[in-house]
Amino acid sequence: MNDFFARGPALGLRLVLAVACSIGLMFVDRYTDSATQLRSYLTSAVSPLFYAASLPESVITTASEQLMSQQQLLQENAALKARLLQLDAQLQLLNFLQLENNKLRALLGSAPVVEGQRLIAEVLAVYSHPFSHQVVLNKGSNDGVAVHYPLIDDKGVVGQIISVTPTSSRAILISDNTHAISLRAERTGIRTIAAGIGQWDQLRLIHLPLSTDIREGDRLLTSGLDGRFPEGYPVAEVVSVSRDDSQPFISVQARPYAKLDRIKHVLILSPGSQVEAVRQAEEQP
Amino acid sequence: MRPAQGLGYIYLSLLAALLLTIIPLPYQMTLFRPDWALLVIIYWTLALPRRVSIGTAFVVGFLTDILVGTVLGVNALAFSVVSFIVAANYLKIRNFSMLQQALLVAMFLALYQLLLFWLSHFLTGVNFRPGYLWPVLTGMLAWPWLFWLLRRYRRQLKIQ
Repeated sequence: MNDFFARGPALGLRLVLAVACSIGLMFVDRYTDSATQLRSYLTSAVSPLFYAASLPESVITTASEQLMSQQQLLQENAALKARLLQLDAQLQLLNFLQLENNKLRALLGSAPVVEGQRLIAEVLAVYSHPFSHQVVLNKGSNDGVAVHYPLIDDKGVVGQIISVTPTSSRAILISDNTHAISLRAERTGIRTIAAGIGQWDQLRLIHLPLSTDIREGDRLLTSGLDGRFPEGYPVAEVVSVSRDDSQPFISVQARPYAKLDRIKHVLILSPGSQVEAVRQAEEQP
Repeated sequence: MRPAQGLGYIYLSLLAALLLTIIPLPYQMTLFRPDWALLVIIYWTLALPRRVSIGTAFVVGFLTDILVGTVLGVNALAFSVVSFIVAANYLKIRNFSMLQQALLVAMFLALYQLLLFWLSHFLTGVNFRPGYLWPVLTGMLAWPWLFWLLRRYRRQLKIQ
Protein backbone atom coordinates (compact mmCIF):
# COMPACT_ATOMS: atom_id res chain seq x y z
CA MET A 1 0.00 0.00 0.00
CA ASN A 2 2.76 2.36 -0.92
CA ASP A 3 0.23 4.03 -3.14
CA PHE A 4 -1.61 5.48 -0.24
CA PHE A 5 1.33 7.56 0.93
CA ALA A 6 2.59 8.62 -2.45
CA ARG A 7 -0.45 10.57 -3.51
CA GLY A 8 0.74 14.07 -2.81
CA PRO A 9 -1.62 16.56 -1.23
CA ALA A 10 -5.04 15.29 -0.25
CA LEU A 11 -7.83 15.52 -2.79
CA GLY A 12 -9.78 18.04 -0.75
CA LEU A 13 -6.79 20.35 -0.50
CA ARG A 14 -6.20 20.13 -4.25
CA LEU A 15 -9.84 20.97 -4.89
CA VAL A 16 -9.64 24.01 -2.62
CA LEU A 17 -6.51 25.15 -4.48
CA ALA A 18 -8.13 24.67 -7.89
CA VAL A 19 -11.29 26.48 -6.85
CA ALA A 20 -9.30 29.36 -5.38
CA CYS A 21 -7.26 29.67 -8.59
CA SER A 22 -10.44 29.60 -10.70
CA ILE A 23 -12.12 32.28 -8.65
CA GLY A 24 -8.97 34.42 -8.89
CA LEU A 25 -8.99 33.96 -12.69
CA MET A 26 -12.66 34.85 -12.96
CA PHE A 27 -12.14 37.97 -10.91
CA VAL A 28 -9.13 39.07 -12.97
CA ASP A 29 -10.92 38.35 -16.24
CA ARG A 30 -14.16 40.04 -15.36
CA TYR A 31 -13.23 42.99 -13.19
CA THR A 32 -9.78 44.18 -14.32
CA ASP A 33 -8.55 45.69 -17.56
CA SER A 34 -5.32 43.71 -17.79
CA ALA A 35 -7.32 40.63 -18.76
CA THR A 36 -7.64 41.61 -22.44
CA GLN A 37 -3.88 41.52 -22.83
CA LEU A 38 -3.64 38.26 -20.90
CA ARG A 39 -6.34 36.74 -23.06
CA SER A 40 -4.53 37.80 -26.23
CA TYR A 41 -1.35 36.04 -25.12
CA LEU A 42 -3.21 32.91 -24.11
CA THR A 43 -5.20 32.83 -27.32
CA SER A 44 -2.12 33.22 -29.48
CA ALA A 45 -0.60 30.32 -27.58
CA VAL A 46 -3.51 28.06 -28.54
CA SER A 47 -4.22 29.49 -31.99
CA PRO A 48 -2.66 26.47 -33.77
CA LEU A 49 -5.56 24.50 -32.32
CA PHE A 50 -8.02 26.86 -34.01
CA TYR A 51 -6.39 26.26 -37.36
CA ALA A 52 -6.23 22.51 -36.76
CA ALA A 53 -9.91 22.42 -35.82
CA SER A 54 -11.02 24.29 -38.90
CA LEU A 55 -8.89 22.10 -41.16
CA PRO A 56 -11.51 19.40 -41.90
CA GLU A 57 -14.05 21.94 -43.01
CA SER A 58 -11.63 23.82 -45.24
CA VAL A 59 -10.55 20.52 -46.81
CA ILE A 60 -14.17 19.65 -47.54
CA THR A 61 -14.85 23.11 -48.96
CA THR A 62 -11.81 22.91 -51.21
CA ALA A 63 -12.77 19.43 -52.36
CA SER A 64 -16.31 20.48 -53.20
CA GLU A 65 -14.96 23.46 -55.13
CA GLN A 66 -12.65 21.17 -57.07
CA LEU A 67 -15.54 18.90 -57.93
CA MET A 68 -17.82 21.68 -59.15
CA SER A 69 -18.57 21.29 -62.80
CA GLN A 70 -17.40 23.87 -65.28
CA GLN A 71 -21.02 24.60 -66.16
CA GLN A 72 -21.76 25.59 -62.56
CA LEU A 73 -18.65 27.74 -62.40
CA LEU A 74 -19.59 29.54 -65.60
CA GLN A 75 -23.08 30.18 -64.27
CA GLU A 76 -21.76 31.49 -60.99
CA ASN A 77 -19.26 33.67 -62.84
CA ALA A 78 -21.99 35.17 -65.01
CA ALA A 79 -24.21 35.86 -61.99
CA LEU A 80 -21.35 37.53 -60.14
CA LYS A 81 -20.47 39.66 -63.15
CA ALA A 82 -24.06 40.84 -63.44
CA ARG A 83 -24.11 41.70 -59.77
CA LEU A 84 -20.79 43.55 -60.03
CA LEU A 85 -22.14 45.62 -62.88
CA GLN A 86 -25.18 46.62 -60.83
CA LEU A 87 -23.07 47.52 -57.83
CA ASP A 88 -20.66 49.53 -60.01
CA ALA A 89 -23.57 51.52 -61.38
CA GLN A 90 -24.76 52.27 -57.86
CA LEU A 91 -21.24 53.17 -56.82
CA GLN A 92 -20.98 55.85 -59.50
CA LEU A 93 -24.00 57.58 -58.02
CA LEU A 94 -22.63 57.08 -54.54
CA ASN A 95 -19.28 58.68 -55.42
CA PHE A 96 -21.11 61.68 -56.77
CA LEU A 97 -23.26 61.92 -53.62
CA GLN A 98 -20.20 61.52 -51.43
CA LEU A 99 -18.48 64.44 -53.15
CA GLU A 100 -21.60 66.54 -52.87
CA ASN A 101 -22.00 65.60 -49.24
CA ASN A 102 -18.41 66.57 -48.46
CA LYS A 103 -18.93 69.96 -50.17
CA LEU A 104 -22.10 70.56 -48.17
CA ARG A 105 -20.32 69.56 -44.98
CA ALA A 106 -17.52 71.98 -45.85
CA LEU A 107 -20.11 74.73 -46.32
CA LEU A 108 -21.57 73.91 -42.91
CA GLY A 109 -18.10 73.91 -41.42
CA SER A 110 -18.17 70.32 -40.17
CA ALA A 111 -15.55 67.68 -40.75
CA PRO A 112 -15.97 65.52 -43.85
CA VAL A 113 -16.56 61.81 -43.38
CA VAL A 114 -13.49 59.87 -44.40
CA GLU A 115 -13.76 56.15 -44.92
CA GLY A 116 -11.27 54.05 -43.02
CA GLN A 117 -9.46 51.01 -44.36
CA ARG A 118 -11.35 47.80 -44.96
CA LEU A 119 -10.20 44.26 -44.67
CA ILE A 120 -12.00 41.05 -45.55
CA ALA A 121 -11.69 38.32 -42.96
CA GLU A 122 -12.97 34.80 -42.86
CA VAL A 123 -14.57 33.31 -39.79
CA LEU A 124 -12.53 30.31 -38.74
CA ALA A 125 -15.01 27.55 -38.31
CA VAL A 126 -14.69 27.45 -34.58
CA TYR A 127 -17.27 26.75 -31.98
CA SER A 128 -17.82 29.01 -29.06
CA HIS A 129 -19.99 28.33 -26.08
CA PRO A 130 -23.72 29.17 -26.36
CA PHE A 131 -23.27 31.58 -23.44
CA SER A 132 -20.75 33.70 -25.29
CA HIS A 133 -21.44 34.83 -28.83
CA GLN A 134 -17.95 35.17 -30.20
CA VAL A 135 -16.19 34.20 -33.40
CA VAL A 136 -12.54 33.71 -34.31
CA LEU A 137 -11.30 35.44 -37.47
CA ASN A 138 -8.35 34.52 -39.63
CA LYS A 139 -6.83 38.02 -39.62
CA GLY A 140 -4.70 39.37 -36.79
CA SER A 141 -2.37 42.18 -35.83
CA ASN A 142 -0.03 41.22 -38.72
CA ASP A 143 -2.81 42.34 -41.07
CA GLY A 144 -3.39 45.56 -39.17
CA VAL A 145 -6.35 44.48 -37.05
CA ALA A 146 -6.60 46.05 -33.61
CA VAL A 147 -8.95 45.80 -30.66
CA HIS A 148 -12.34 47.59 -30.97
CA TYR A 149 -12.39 47.53 -34.78
CA PRO A 150 -15.99 47.11 -35.96
CA LEU A 151 -17.15 44.20 -38.11
CA ILE A 152 -19.86 44.24 -40.76
CA ASP A 153 -21.19 41.79 -43.31
CA ASP A 154 -23.23 42.44 -46.45
CA LYS A 155 -26.43 43.00 -44.44
CA GLY A 156 -25.36 44.96 -41.40
CA VAL A 157 -23.19 45.32 -38.33
CA VAL A 158 -21.88 42.07 -36.87
CA GLY A 159 -19.76 42.97 -33.86
CA GLN A 160 -16.36 44.21 -32.80
CA ILE A 161 -12.88 42.82 -32.18
CA ILE A 162 -12.08 42.09 -28.53
CA SER A 163 -8.69 40.43 -28.67
CA VAL A 164 -5.98 40.15 -31.27
CA THR A 165 -3.14 37.73 -31.81
CA PRO A 166 -0.59 37.99 -34.64
CA THR A 167 -2.51 35.61 -36.92
CA SER A 168 -6.06 35.54 -35.61
CA SER A 169 -8.50 37.67 -33.70
CA ARG A 170 -11.60 37.12 -31.63
CA ALA A 171 -14.70 39.20 -32.11
CA ILE A 172 -17.75 39.64 -29.91
CA LEU A 173 -21.10 39.73 -31.71
CA ILE A 174 -23.79 42.31 -31.07
CA SER A 175 -26.04 39.53 -29.75
CA ASP A 176 -23.72 38.64 -26.86
CA ASN A 177 -25.25 39.61 -23.57
CA THR A 178 -22.22 41.62 -22.51
CA HIS A 179 -22.44 43.77 -25.66
CA ALA A 180 -24.39 46.96 -26.31
CA ILE A 181 -24.37 49.31 -29.26
CA SER A 182 -25.58 52.89 -29.70
CA LEU A 183 -28.24 53.24 -32.43
CA ARG A 184 -30.43 55.80 -34.10
CA ALA A 185 -33.86 55.09 -35.59
CA GLU A 186 -33.84 55.98 -39.28
CA ARG A 187 -37.43 57.28 -39.37
CA THR A 188 -37.47 59.46 -36.27
CA GLY A 189 -33.82 59.99 -35.38
CA ILE A 190 -34.36 58.74 -31.82
CA ARG A 191 -31.18 57.54 -30.16
CA THR A 192 -31.23 54.27 -28.31
CA ILE A 193 -29.02 51.47 -27.06
CA ALA A 194 -29.40 47.89 -28.21
CA ALA A 195 -28.18 45.26 -25.79
CA GLY A 196 -27.62 41.64 -26.73
CA ILE A 197 -29.54 39.02 -24.78
CA GLY A 198 -27.66 35.91 -25.84
CA GLN A 199 -29.98 35.01 -28.71
CA TRP A 200 -28.83 35.03 -32.31
CA ASP A 201 -31.90 36.73 -33.70
CA GLN A 202 -32.84 39.23 -31.03
CA LEU A 203 -31.61 42.44 -29.43
CA ARG A 204 -33.32 44.45 -26.73
CA LEU A 205 -33.61 48.23 -26.87
CA ILE A 206 -33.12 49.55 -23.38
CA HIS A 207 -34.12 52.71 -21.53
CA LEU A 208 -36.74 53.98 -24.00
CA PRO A 209 -39.41 56.08 -22.22
CA LEU A 210 -43.07 55.22 -22.80
CA SER A 211 -43.68 58.27 -24.96
CA THR A 212 -40.99 57.33 -27.51
CA ASP A 213 -42.16 57.24 -31.11
CA ILE A 214 -41.02 53.82 -32.26
CA ARG A 215 -42.89 51.20 -34.28
CA GLU A 216 -42.47 47.76 -35.67
CA GLY A 217 -40.50 47.88 -38.90
CA ASP A 218 -38.30 50.85 -37.93
CA ARG A 219 -34.77 50.52 -39.25
CA LEU A 220 -32.05 51.10 -36.69
CA LEU A 221 -28.66 52.44 -37.80
CA THR A 222 -25.44 52.96 -35.88
CA SER A 223 -25.32 56.44 -34.39
CA GLY A 224 -21.54 56.77 -34.18
CA LEU A 225 -21.90 58.16 -30.67
CA ASP A 226 -20.29 55.19 -28.95
CA GLY A 227 -16.96 56.06 -30.49
CA ARG A 228 -16.55 52.48 -31.76
CA PHE A 229 -18.91 52.04 -34.70
CA PRO A 230 -18.93 54.54 -37.59
CA GLU A 231 -22.24 56.24 -38.23
CA GLY A 232 -24.96 55.05 -40.59
CA TYR A 233 -24.53 51.27 -40.89
CA PRO A 234 -27.76 49.27 -40.61
CA VAL A 235 -27.94 47.11 -37.50
CA ALA A 236 -31.43 45.84 -36.79
CA GLU A 237 -35.13 46.15 -37.46
CA VAL A 238 -37.72 46.62 -34.72
CA VAL A 239 -39.92 43.53 -34.56
CA SER A 240 -42.03 44.05 -31.48
CA VAL A 241 -42.99 46.97 -29.27
CA SER A 242 -45.03 46.46 -26.13
CA ARG A 243 -46.12 49.36 -23.99
CA ASP A 244 -47.07 48.60 -20.42
CA ASP A 245 -48.05 51.63 -18.36
CA SER A 246 -46.92 50.04 -15.14
CA GLN A 247 -43.35 49.83 -16.42
CA PRO A 248 -41.03 52.84 -16.66
CA PHE A 249 -39.75 51.88 -20.12
CA ILE A 250 -41.21 50.28 -23.23
CA SER A 251 -39.99 46.83 -24.07
CA VAL A 252 -38.75 46.76 -27.65
CA GLN A 253 -37.20 43.81 -29.47
CA ALA A 254 -35.20 44.13 -32.65
CA ARG A 255 -33.86 41.58 -35.12
CA PRO A 256 -30.30 42.08 -36.42
CA TYR A 257 -29.94 42.30 -40.19
CA ALA A 258 -26.72 40.30 -40.17
CA LYS A 259 -27.25 36.54 -40.03
CA LEU A 260 -25.17 36.21 -36.90
CA ASP A 261 -25.48 32.46 -36.54
CA ARG A 262 -24.06 31.66 -39.97
CA ILE A 263 -21.56 34.37 -40.82
CA LYS A 264 -18.68 33.20 -42.99
CA HIS A 265 -17.01 36.33 -44.34
CA VAL A 266 -16.91 39.70 -42.63
CA LEU A 267 -15.47 43.11 -43.38
CA ILE A 268 -13.27 44.60 -40.68
CA LEU A 269 -13.50 48.39 -40.75
CA SER A 270 -10.77 50.46 -39.26
CA PRO A 271 -12.37 53.37 -37.51
CA GLY A 272 -12.38 56.40 -39.79
CA SER A 273 -11.93 60.06 -38.96
CA GLN A 274 -15.45 60.32 -37.66
CA VAL A 275 -14.92 57.93 -34.80
CA GLU A 276 -11.66 59.72 -34.03
CA ALA A 277 -13.56 63.01 -34.01
CA VAL A 278 -16.03 61.65 -31.44
CA ARG A 279 -13.14 60.47 -29.27
CA GLN A 280 -11.38 63.81 -29.46
CA ALA A 281 -14.61 65.63 -28.62
CA GLU A 282 -14.97 63.36 -25.60
CA GLU A 283 -11.45 64.01 -24.45
CA GLN A 284 -11.71 67.77 -24.67
CA PRO A 285 -13.17 69.23 -21.49
CA MET B 1 3.55 2.99 -6.83
CA ARG B 2 4.10 1.74 -10.36
CA PRO B 3 6.11 4.06 -12.54
CA ALA B 4 4.07 6.26 -14.79
CA GLN B 5 3.87 4.95 -18.32
CA GLY B 6 2.45 6.51 -21.44
CA LEU B 7 1.47 9.80 -19.83
CA GLY B 8 2.02 11.39 -23.24
CA TYR B 9 -0.81 9.29 -24.67
CA ILE B 10 -3.16 10.59 -22.00
CA TYR B 11 -2.34 14.16 -22.96
CA LEU B 12 -2.76 13.24 -26.62
CA SER B 13 -6.30 12.00 -25.96
CA LEU B 14 -7.07 15.18 -24.01
CA LEU B 15 -5.77 17.28 -26.90
CA ALA B 16 -8.01 15.35 -29.31
CA ALA B 17 -10.96 15.98 -26.98
CA LEU B 18 -10.20 19.71 -26.96
CA LEU B 19 -10.09 19.70 -30.75
CA LEU B 20 -13.46 17.94 -30.82
CA THR B 21 -14.76 20.66 -28.52
CA ILE B 22 -14.10 23.40 -31.05
CA ILE B 23 -14.37 21.53 -34.34
CA PRO B 24 -17.10 22.97 -36.55
CA LEU B 25 -20.46 21.22 -36.76
CA PRO B 26 -23.49 22.15 -38.82
CA TYR B 27 -25.31 25.01 -37.14
CA GLN B 28 -28.29 22.89 -36.11
CA MET B 29 -26.11 20.45 -34.22
CA THR B 30 -23.96 22.76 -32.13
CA LEU B 31 -26.36 22.70 -29.18
CA PHE B 32 -26.14 18.89 -29.05
CA ARG B 33 -22.35 18.69 -28.92
CA PRO B 34 -21.27 16.47 -25.98
CA ASP B 35 -18.68 17.93 -23.61
CA TRP B 36 -15.88 15.76 -24.97
CA ALA B 37 -13.10 17.21 -22.85
CA LEU B 38 -15.01 16.63 -19.61
CA LEU B 39 -15.98 13.08 -20.63
CA VAL B 40 -12.36 12.20 -21.34
CA ILE B 41 -11.29 13.75 -18.04
CA ILE B 42 -13.94 11.68 -16.24
CA TYR B 43 -12.65 8.52 -17.94
CA TRP B 44 -9.01 9.10 -17.02
CA THR B 45 -9.87 10.11 -13.47
CA LEU B 46 -11.84 6.89 -13.16
CA ALA B 47 -9.16 4.70 -14.72
CA LEU B 48 -5.99 6.28 -13.35
CA PRO B 49 -6.87 8.56 -10.45
CA ARG B 50 -3.21 8.72 -9.42
CA ARG B 51 -2.21 10.23 -12.76
CA VAL B 52 -5.14 12.36 -13.77
CA SER B 53 -7.29 14.21 -11.33
CA ILE B 54 -7.98 17.73 -10.19
CA GLY B 55 -4.74 19.31 -11.46
CA THR B 56 -5.14 17.99 -15.01
CA ALA B 57 -8.85 18.77 -14.95
CA PHE B 58 -8.09 22.34 -13.95
CA VAL B 59 -5.60 22.82 -16.79
CA VAL B 60 -7.90 21.25 -19.39
CA GLY B 61 -10.81 23.35 -18.12
CA PHE B 62 -8.66 26.47 -18.36
CA LEU B 63 -7.74 25.60 -21.96
CA THR B 64 -11.44 25.08 -22.71
CA ASP B 65 -12.11 28.56 -21.31
CA ILE B 66 -9.55 30.06 -23.67
CA LEU B 67 -10.79 28.07 -26.65
CA VAL B 68 -14.53 28.62 -26.38
CA GLY B 69 -14.40 32.14 -25.01
CA THR B 70 -16.15 31.78 -21.65
CA VAL B 71 -14.95 33.89 -18.72
CA LEU B 72 -11.53 32.54 -17.73
CA GLY B 73 -11.75 30.11 -14.83
CA VAL B 74 -15.40 29.12 -15.22
CA ASN B 75 -14.74 25.84 -16.99
CA ALA B 76 -11.60 25.30 -14.89
CA LEU B 77 -13.67 25.39 -11.70
CA ALA B 78 -16.45 23.18 -13.05
CA PHE B 79 -13.95 20.60 -14.40
CA SER B 80 -12.08 20.53 -11.08
CA VAL B 81 -15.25 19.96 -9.07
CA VAL B 82 -16.45 17.11 -11.28
CA SER B 83 -12.99 15.55 -11.28
CA PHE B 84 -12.89 15.79 -7.48
CA ILE B 85 -16.17 13.92 -7.12
CA VAL B 86 -14.99 11.18 -9.49
CA ALA B 87 -11.56 10.87 -7.88
CA ALA B 88 -13.08 10.62 -4.40
CA ASN B 89 -15.46 7.80 -5.44
CA TYR B 90 -13.58 6.04 -8.24
CA LEU B 91 -13.64 2.63 -6.55
CA LYS B 92 -17.42 2.70 -6.23
CA ILE B 93 -18.04 4.05 -9.70
CA ARG B 94 -15.83 1.39 -11.33
CA ASN B 95 -18.07 -1.33 -9.96
CA PHE B 96 -21.25 0.03 -11.44
CA SER B 97 -22.81 -1.48 -14.54
CA MET B 98 -22.48 0.44 -17.77
CA LEU B 99 -26.05 1.71 -17.53
CA GLN B 100 -25.59 2.96 -13.98
CA GLN B 101 -22.30 4.54 -14.97
CA ALA B 102 -23.92 6.34 -17.88
CA LEU B 103 -26.66 7.70 -15.62
CA LEU B 104 -24.07 8.84 -13.11
CA VAL B 105 -22.07 10.50 -15.86
CA ALA B 106 -25.25 12.30 -16.89
CA MET B 107 -25.54 13.61 -13.33
CA PHE B 108 -21.94 14.85 -13.47
CA LEU B 109 -22.59 16.54 -16.81
CA ALA B 110 -25.73 18.16 -15.44
CA LEU B 111 -23.77 19.40 -12.44
CA TYR B 112 -21.12 20.76 -14.81
CA GLN B 113 -23.67 22.57 -16.97
CA LEU B 114 -25.40 24.04 -13.95
CA LEU B 115 -22.11 25.20 -12.39
CA LEU B 116 -21.20 26.77 -15.72
CA PHE B 117 -24.56 28.47 -15.97
CA TRP B 118 -24.60 29.71 -12.38
CA LEU B 119 -21.12 31.20 -12.65
CA SER B 120 -21.84 32.76 -16.05
CA HIS B 121 -25.14 34.10 -14.74
CA PHE B 122 -23.38 35.66 -11.78
CA LEU B 123 -20.51 37.07 -13.88
CA THR B 124 -22.16 38.14 -17.12
CA GLY B 125 -25.90 37.75 -16.50
CA VAL B 126 -26.74 35.10 -19.10
CA ASN B 127 -30.32 33.85 -19.24
CA PHE B 128 -31.15 30.20 -18.89
CA ARG B 129 -32.57 28.25 -21.82
CA PRO B 130 -33.48 24.57 -21.49
CA GLY B 131 -31.54 23.94 -24.72
CA TYR B 132 -28.31 24.36 -22.76
CA LEU B 133 -28.93 20.96 -21.18
CA TRP B 134 -28.86 18.92 -24.41
CA PRO B 135 -25.17 17.99 -23.94
CA VAL B 136 -26.18 16.11 -20.78
CA LEU B 137 -28.28 13.71 -22.85
CA THR B 138 -25.84 13.38 -25.76
CA GLY B 139 -22.95 12.99 -23.32
CA MET B 140 -24.78 10.18 -21.54
CA LEU B 141 -25.40 8.40 -24.85
CA ALA B 142 -21.78 8.88 -25.89
CA TRP B 143 -20.32 7.59 -22.61
CA PRO B 144 -20.48 3.79 -23.20
CA TRP B 145 -18.81 4.14 -26.59
CA LEU B 146 -16.17 6.53 -25.31
CA PHE B 147 -15.50 4.27 -22.32
CA TRP B 148 -15.03 1.25 -24.57
CA LEU B 149 -12.80 3.20 -26.97
CA LEU B 150 -10.59 4.71 -24.30
CA ARG B 151 -10.25 1.42 -22.46
CA ARG B 152 -8.99 -0.23 -25.64
CA TYR B 153 -6.68 2.74 -26.15
CA ARG B 154 -5.35 2.42 -22.60
CA ARG B 155 -4.81 -1.34 -22.79
CA GLN B 156 -3.28 -1.36 -26.25
CA LEU B 157 -0.76 1.30 -25.32
CA LYS B 158 -0.27 -0.05 -21.77
CA ILE B 159 -0.88 3.30 -20.19
CA GLN B 160 -0.71 3.19 -16.42
